[in-house]
Amino acid sequence: MAESRYQSWGRYPKVTQHAVDYLWRADPLPLAATDNSTFLPFGNGRSYGDVCLNGGGTLIDCRGLNKFISFDTTLGILRCESGVLLSEILQIIVPKGWFLAVTPGTQFVTMGGAIANDVHGKNHHRAGTFGCHLRCFELLRSDGSRLLCSADENAELFHATIGGLGLTGIITWAEIQLKAISSPLIEQEVIRFSNLDQFFLLAKESDLTHEYTVAWIDCLAKGKKLGKGLFVRGNHAEERDTPLSKKASRPLPFPIDPPFALVNGPTLKLFNTLYYHKQCGERSHDSVHYEPFFYPLDAIENWNRIYGSKGFFQYQCVIPPESAAAAIREILQRISNAGAGSFLAVLKMFGDRPSPGLLSFPSPGATLALDFPNGGEKTLRLLESLDEVTRAANGKIYPAKDARMSAEDFKQQYPNWVKLAPYLDNKLSSNFWQRVTA
Amino acid sequence: MKKILIIGALSAIAQATARQFAESGDALFLVARDQSKLNVLVEDLRVRGAASVESALLDVLDYDQHQPTLEAAIAAMEGVDIALLAHGTLPHQKACEDSFEVAKKEFEVNAISSISLLTHIANYFEQKKAGTIVAISSVAGDRGRQSNYLYGSAKGALTLFLQGLRNRLYKSGVAVITIKPGFVDTPMTAEFTKGALWAKPEKIAECIVQSINKKRDVVYAPWFWQIIMLVIKLVPETIFKRLSL
Ligand SMILES: Cc1cc2nc3c(=O)[nH]c(=O)nc-3n(C[C@H](O)[C@H](O)[C@H](O)COP(=O)(O)OP(=O)(O)OC[C@H]3O[C@@H](n4cnc5c(N)ncnc54)[C@H](O)[C@@H]3O)c2cc1C
Ligand SMILES: NC(=O)c1ccc[n+]([C@@H]2O[C@H](COP(=O)([O-])OP(=O)(O)OC[C@H]3O[C@@H](n4cnc5c(N)ncnc54)[C@H](OP(=O)(O)O)[C@@H]3O)[C@@H](O)[C@H]2O)c1
Repeated sequence: MAESRYQSWGRYPKVTQHAVDYLWRADPLPLAATDNSTFLPFGNGRSYGDVCLNGGGTLIDCRGLNKFISFDTTLGILRCESGVLLSEILQIIVPKGWFLAVTPGTQFVTMGGAIANDVHGKNHHRAGTFGCHLRCFELLRSDGSRLLCSADENAELFHATIGGLGLTGIITWAEIQLKAISSPLIEQEVIRFSNLDQFFLLAKESDLTHEYTVAWIDCLAKGKKLGKGLFVRGNHAEERDTPLSKKASRPLPFPIDPPFALVNGPTLKLFNTLYYHKQCGERSHDSVHYEPFFYPLDAIENWNRIYGSKGFFQYQCVIPPESAAAAIREILQRISNAGAGSFLAVLKMFGDRPSPGLLSFPSPGATLALDFPNGGEKTLRLLESLDEVTRAANGKIYPAKDARMSAEDFKQQYPNWVKLAPYLDNKLSSNFWQRVTA
Repeated sequence: MKKILIIGALSAIAQATARQFAESGDALFLVARDQSKLNVLVEDLRVRGAASVESALLDVLDYDQHQPTLEAAIAAMEGVDIALLAHGTLPHQKACEDSFEVAKKEFEVNAISSISLLTHIANYFEQKKAGTIVAISSVAGDRGRQSNYLYGSAKGALTLFLQGLRNRLYKSGVAVITIKPGFVDTPMTAEFTKGALWAKPEKIAECIVQSINKKRDVVYAPWFWQIIMLVIKLVPETIFKRLSL
């Protein structure tokens, strides 16, 4: 029996909900007039926690809204329905010399999902969030009204819907501005660094010279080596020898659910050592296809299953610049002390380009993202102890990755949540929203 | 670039197949019975890379319009190389038992309409001495079962018709391909609980495109249905009639 697609990427929490297809954007919402339960748009379930879940209610599966509408290849303006995946967009735009102005670390997210979480990428320090490049969209509300939203028209609803977690209505289609490229390749440099101070120096220098920057941290390193890792930076290649239509190789599926999480102390140590030493010299430089550069994890389909059926948590916070170094160090310290290593730790500096969404996550500072297999109480306690650090440093947690933050923290970290109220669609709800507004 | 006529273009399987044709830069002529949805699909396939996309309205029970529709496709694309028939309904078996009117209409949609369309298309290809006909039949047409034998007998009739047509057109260099999908997750089967044997329309589309490229005759989609149906066909009738299938 195929597993339901209606779960989140972390496969936690597990909820029961009813899903309906929505295939034609001109059709009314596929909801029975008598249905009193709440509903929520669902994209491709690449959110880790519960922003895409609506236990006890209905999900409107928007993936069926998969039509392109127009593509101006001269100006780089693309309009498509909200269920189109970024991967499908790239397939069409790259051969014509265009790229997504902002892309998250997986290409298997929908246009609607990318807007509703106002996602960011490795170029946040230059380009801001996905929403910064959004020209307009149509919003379908539960009362059947359809509103064209842009910075000029229905502007409040436009800003409420960007990062609005699917709670203001269904985005049926959207139009984005793309960025021009002349090659599908990225000039990539990987630099080894041996502690956090070096990371901050590298980030400062690289953000001036490189469009894309991100670092991978070895969470098991202790003491002087705390925060050692690899710094990856890149720019779109300028060369015109590689055809724009050149393809990267296809992903392998991760087909089975292992009976237990494959990520435990020893396997993790091995992995982190290999990853760090994959890099033999201090620095390497090469041209790589955009797929492995932006989407290394997409190379293994369903890699989330590696964590076993209990699922896993992701913890992503952003810490303002003034307290970033100390807070990130403290977080890594706490993880290292707990010996509950994270498979993946990604660290990046956000820039100061304002996010257009009322509830957008990115703001200036350092953002750290970590994965933890669900080890029950023990894991939750560790995450709460990380919350203490984030809270004390005036940081905040990313809803797209969250399944457990407290209502107090949410209200504190997203004071704009009250301003969202007038724009919420009262038939819409999610597990996340129930939890953080409780 | 191939010039492709698709009847029942709004079917989920046809849409998935049309996307693949569009990505290869083919020219398309889409036929279905809802103009506003056709317009949405036309825009989509243009962006996806189709050389050209035009559309026309047709209820397949409107037999008088079959030849004019074919002519419109020939005019729009300056010829047709491939014709894909994907329209169909999944009749309510009980309703067909209660009413011959219902049974007759369902049989017409799933068999007679295709026979009419294929008569015109076959004559055009035969005279041109080139062309490929692809029609979506079903594994249900391989053996009659109490749960859906009206549908099964219509698809069975289509399968046999295609077999004869293949035989006739062989000497003219025209390929006739019978696609027999198993369970496919589409609006037609929205009410069913989906299990391991279910395929996505994209998978069937892949099978269709490959069958055209390889000029196959009869193709089970996905392939494992060939084995399942072989077993099902082997059960002696004296036993089969007792089963509740
Ligand atoms: C490997 C991996 C890497 C990632 N890297 C990053 C990263 O670098 N940066 C980043 O920001 N995020 C990242 N993410 C998170 C991911 O980009 C977001 O969670 C994204 O929103 C998921 O989109 P989705 O289409 O899967 O939507 P879902 O997860 O299904 O839904 C997300 C939200 O969008 C809403 N929604 C969906 N469709 C619509 C619609 N049509 N109208 C209105 N609302 C809608 C839902 O209600 C929900 O609130 C990553 C995720 C993974 C798995
Ligand atoms: N799904 C399966 O499990 C399965 C299995 C084996 C074979 N098949 C066959 O595969 C083909 C495609 O079906 P599908 O699964 O993709 O289902 P689908 O999405 O429901 O498509 C069927 C299409 O046929 C069209 N149609 C029905 N009656 C028509 C008429 N009188 N005139 C014009 N068009 C008409 C429908 O148009 P409207 O939208 O206007 O009604 C619809 O677009 C069919 O031949 C079906 O029998 C399907």
